[in-house]
Amino acid sequence: MPGPTHVQATINGEEVNFLCEPRQSLLEVLRDVLGMTGTKEGCNDGNCGACTVLFDGRIIDSCLVLGVEIQGREVTTIEGLATADGLHPIQQAFLENAALQCGICTPGFIVAAKGLLDEEPDADEGRIRHWLAGNLCRCTGYDKIVRAVLDAGEKMK
Amino acid sequence: MVANIVLSEVEYTHIGKRPIRPDGVDKVIGRAQYGPDITLKGLLHGKVLRSPYAHARIKSIDTSQAEDYPGVKAVITAQDLPFASLSKEELGAGYQALKFASDHILAGGKVLFKGHPVAAVAAANPHVAEEAAKLIKVEYEELPPVMSVLEAMADGATLLHDDLYTSSLGETSQTASNVAAHARYEKGDVVQGFDEAAVVVEREFQTASVHQGYIEPHNGTALWSADGQLDVWCSTQGAFTVRSSLANVLRHPVSKIKVTPMEMGGGFGGKISIYLEPLAALLSKKSGQPVKLVMNRVEVFEASGPAAGSLIKVKMGATKDGKLTACQAELALDAGAYPGSPAMSAAMCAFACYDYPNGLLDAYDVVVNKPKTQAYRAPGSPQAAYAVESVVDELCEKLGIDPVEFRLRNASKEGTRRIEGPVYRRIGLVECLEAARSHNHYQTPVDVQPSGKLRGRGVASGFWFNRGFVSSCNLTLNPDGTVSVVMGSVDLCGTRASIAQQTAEALGIAYEDIKPSIADTDSIGYTFITGGSRTTFATGLATINASQDIKQRMIERAAAIWEAKVEDVEYVDAVLQHKSDSELRMTFKELAGRTLTTGGSITAQCNIDPPGEGNSFAVHIVDVEVDQETGKVDILRYTAIQDCGKAVHPSYVEGQMQGGAAQGIGWALNEEYFFNGQGQMTNSSFLDYRMPISLDLPMIDTVIVEVANPGHPYGVRGVGETPIVPPLAAIANAVYQATGVRMQSLPITPGKVLDALWSQNGS
Amino acid sequence: MDWIDFATPKTISEAVELLASKGDRARLIAGGTDLLVQLRGGRRSVDLVVDAKQIPELNEMSYSPQNGLVIGAAVPCYLIYADNAIAEAYPGLIDAASLIGGIQIQGRASLGGNLCNAAPSGDSIPPIIALGGVAHIAGSNGSRQVAAEDFCTGPGRNVLQDGEMLVSINIPVPVAHSGASYLRFIPRNEMDIAVVGVGTSVVLDESGQNFVSARISLASVAPIPVFAKEAGDSLAGKPVSEATIQEASEKAIAAATPISDMRGTIRQRNHLVGVLTRRTLNIAVERARGG
Repeated sequence: MPGPTHVQATINGEEVNFLCEPRQSLLEVLRDVLGMTGTKEGCNDGNCGACTVLFDGRIIDSCLVLGVEIQGREVTTIEGLATADGLHPIQQAFLENAALQCGICTPGFIVAAKGLLDEEPDADEGRIRHWLAGNLCRCTGYDKIVRAVLDAGEKMK
Repeated sequence: MVANIVLSEVEYTHIGKRPIRPDGVDKVIGRAQYGPDITLKGLLHGKVLRSPYAHARIKSIDTSQAEDYPGVKAVITAQDLPFASLSKEELGAGYQALKFASDHILAGGKVLFKGHPVAAVAAANPHVAEEAAKLIKVEYEELPPVMSVLEAMADGATLLHDDLYTSSLGETSQTASNVAAHARYEKGDVVQGFDEAAVVVEREFQTASVHQGYIEPHNGTALWSADGQLDVWCSTQGAFTVRSSLANVLRHPVSKIKVTPMEMGGGFGGKISIYLEPLAALLSKKSGQPVKLVMNRVEVFEASGPAAGSLIKVKMGATKDGKLTACQAELALDAGAYPGSPAMSAAMCAFACYDYPNGLLDAYDVVVNKPKTQAYRAPGSPQAAYAVESVVDELCEKLGIDPVEFRLRNASKEGTRRIEGPVYRRIGLVECLEAARSHNHYQTPVDVQPSGKLRGRGVASGFWFNRGFVSSCNLTLNPDGTVSVVMGSVDLCGTRASIAQQTAEALGIAYEDIKPSIADTDSIGYTFITGGSRTTFATGLATINASQDIKQRMIERAAAIWEAKVEDVEYVDAVLQHKSDSELRMTFKELAGRTLTTGGSITAQCNIDPPGEGNSFAVHIVDVEVDQETGKVDILRYTAIQDCGKAVHPSYVEGQMQGGAAQGIGWALNEEYFFNGQGQMTNSSFLDYRMPISLDLPMIDTVIVEVANPGHPYGVRGVGETPIVPPLAAIANAVYQATGVRMQSLPITPGKVLDALWSQNGS
Repeated sequence: MDWIDFATPKTISEAVELLASKGDRARLIAGGTDLLVQLRGGRRSVDLVVDAKQIPELNEMSYSPQNGLVIGAAVPCYLIYADNAIAEAYPGLIDAASLIGGIQIQGRASLGGNLCNAAPSGDSIPPIIALGGVAHIAGSNGSRQVAAEDFCTGPGRNVLQDGEMLVSINIPVPVAHSGASYLRFIPRNEMDIAVVGVGTSVVLDESGQNFVSARISLASVAPIPVFAKEAGDSLAGKPVSEATIQEASEKAIAAATPISDMRGTIRQRNHLVGVLTRRTLNIAVERARGG
């Protein structure tokens, strides 16, 4: 059995080097290797979206990407959204609209919403519901999440 | 567009406002530490080996290969639980309870459900632990699985436990049975009541096992030190419950166990029981290193608590003018592998919305080869309400009475006695029904039907007790004039905010000056779980009482500083002032700033077991559309109306109502455990266990009806559970209005709707 | 998950060599949305995972009104529906590409992977079959082409031999007055496995009133995606009418051999084949008429 693989990638704007086993998912790498536990595991098979990250600007489930597959690529996680100046407008909108209850799905929803609003700040309710269909929330019934994303879109225009 | 309405009678400074939750920032930036996020020096990772069979006898377990596998640090089986070395005589009356608790953690003689833990491994990383677990050899003798309450209750049924006897109406059966308990509640004379009825409807209903569906999997991390100190970190609704459960199965003193509750990724009643914590503890004891276990999603479905499946018969009679004369029900709820279904709770809730003269309820707690059921939001009440509210709808139809009007004519109100005894204090069911009747949703006719689609509207009501129980708060006045509130209640969804608001209200200081936090079991008095819709009420009372104490101590301190009499000093709007000398005046912050030089910190604590919880009622209205070619039901419009007492943070109250409605919609339409002929669950993923996604739901409108609970100074009742009660029947009733078929089995899947439509057409 | 090795070949020949060296213990990974779940759940076991995403031919996507559409086996769904020219020319394909999984899955999953995974419920396979798609395969013994309807051989099995790989799927140029559509029935509104899926494509005459030809393909009603040839052929030369569409629907039902399982019963599935065949044909006709 050969040893772990060296990977170099850009995560939240920083160049990162790490070692991982080829069988480790990007989600495992983020959480267990890099200690970035903001990205959550809900199902580990691509059906809940809790582990959503931006991969070269596009949302993906990090449980369905191998750590070795991010070699030379760019990943943005929930930890990369707020800046020294404050929260990202989507994060702020989630707070103001009470769009989280237990909060475990929240990082995935916020990152997924960013993937949408970066391209389409005008997205309407139907578009938002369609875009977020891969993110499960069990607490809110989605109502306040959809309102928060609408609200954030207004601010991001 | 109607959205969220709050019907308030009393306004407060902080109660009823919508501030940002204190834990919000950490949760939107990914910094909040949930159970699976913990890491410790030398942390090992565990994996559980689980039974592939629903019912089998364990003939042998060989762990030798796993123990020898490189990287493995410990392997455990049921033999490592204290129960294995305790005799029946030593345990006496507690024998069976400990046997069930221990066997549930790690199967001893028999496995009783697919996914039942048989052994566990700790290793350097999760992949190695998984590889090693596969090397454990277990020899099973398969037994026939018993999967439904009907099978389980039948004469000659295969027994899950050869030492389980039926406890029925104060007696214990002579022969072993799968029926753990039978309870009866009775008032008046139902035979006479049905004789007096102009219309009687009797129907039988079934509901499938469903899961709470929290997104965060169960997890447990433990460190067992050489001196016997056991530290545990986990996601739980109640750290003290975890502590006492661990003390029980590990036979370890509570004083040697410290449980730290991590942030919690959803519970809904399903994160009260212990699963992985004792395994992590035993693996840590054996390896000498901290051990973390996290379930995968398959394990969550197969081995953590679903809500009980049910078989419920309901018979109700009413006079021509729509007054109930008799209500009768038989409720059998499956407990899963060990006793403890919410059958009794279901029975008590069944007719709780109605004032009726004659009633008879029989409830059965039945074991089957499914994972042990756990609480799920208003345990038992949704199943019962599905049956009862469907029968009420049919009564209304037969009598030609509007369903809201019928409920108003029979509504429970202050003074109505529930069948199991308690008399309602001030409750708000009538107000909810009136709000429903006048709501724009109810006043607007159902939209016209596009071709091929049928539309209908349904209404149902629901009840939950709400609870009190033990809570503790410690308050500390900080030198900068802020107040730290340390509580034993875990924050599932805004507890920090609602406790901070009540504290701010009680002290008359700013919400931002309250700093709430949640303590481990060594650092606060015993606090019961966050559940039962009790926390905002009971922990709220604890902080209000402690706040009164803080005020009194501040008065005493001011008096000491001024060398005045205590009774001459008063606390008004967060200002300390002398009653007769207007020169003597100090703001809250000024006094706080002087505490360290005038006698030290001011703290207060409150431990409380409050009576006076306010019962909760809801009425939901739903419009559905049925595609008669595919059988698919879509939710077009949904309105949830509930008496919440005073809503402390209306946004999170609305969130509870919306979230509960969404779970109820899932329960009604698509969620169910599929078992194959061998009793194995076949849909243990979020792909095939179909919880509602964002596209499946409309905005969920809410009406918060605020009928103050007389048992709380601000009128708080508790909110979280009732919203899941009405949706099941409301949707079934709407499907009936749309299609003319009564759906007497949940979920109302497209396949079932098609079958029903075909039967209706005679095809 | 058991240990795997991971290789990132840059050329087809390098990839073929890697695959050939491990036989059925090697598997190509495109988006990984099926493969990783299967490996993790123990439903598939391999020693070597070969990345398809560094090989230019597998990432090519081109469309011209002369040569039709070439979709490299590793091209993710979202790139397909984000391309306006492709979306306009192949709406029936877009129907499927835009409903596989959620947006996250579409960021990774490829039509090539969907085809190779050979699930009876694979959403993109019926429209590919209906549109006359052809699989281009490379292997140690050279390359070959297989019609999409002949590609799947059983649940999770396909015609690829050890050391072979799918390079691309080619879809012919849409002829004038043609249209296609894919619909599936699922209990939720997204994120679900088709209880039944139906892909149809039609060619109409200039008047738009008569079928010149049609192809119909079904998902989730047999061990492999079904090419319901007789159902499509029954429309050739017939007028567009409720009756002819009904007849085709009945023939589609006849081509289905569903089982009853937790996702649906035989009767329900047969019924849905009829419903969805009718609905997709109506949409395809509408599109063929330029609607």
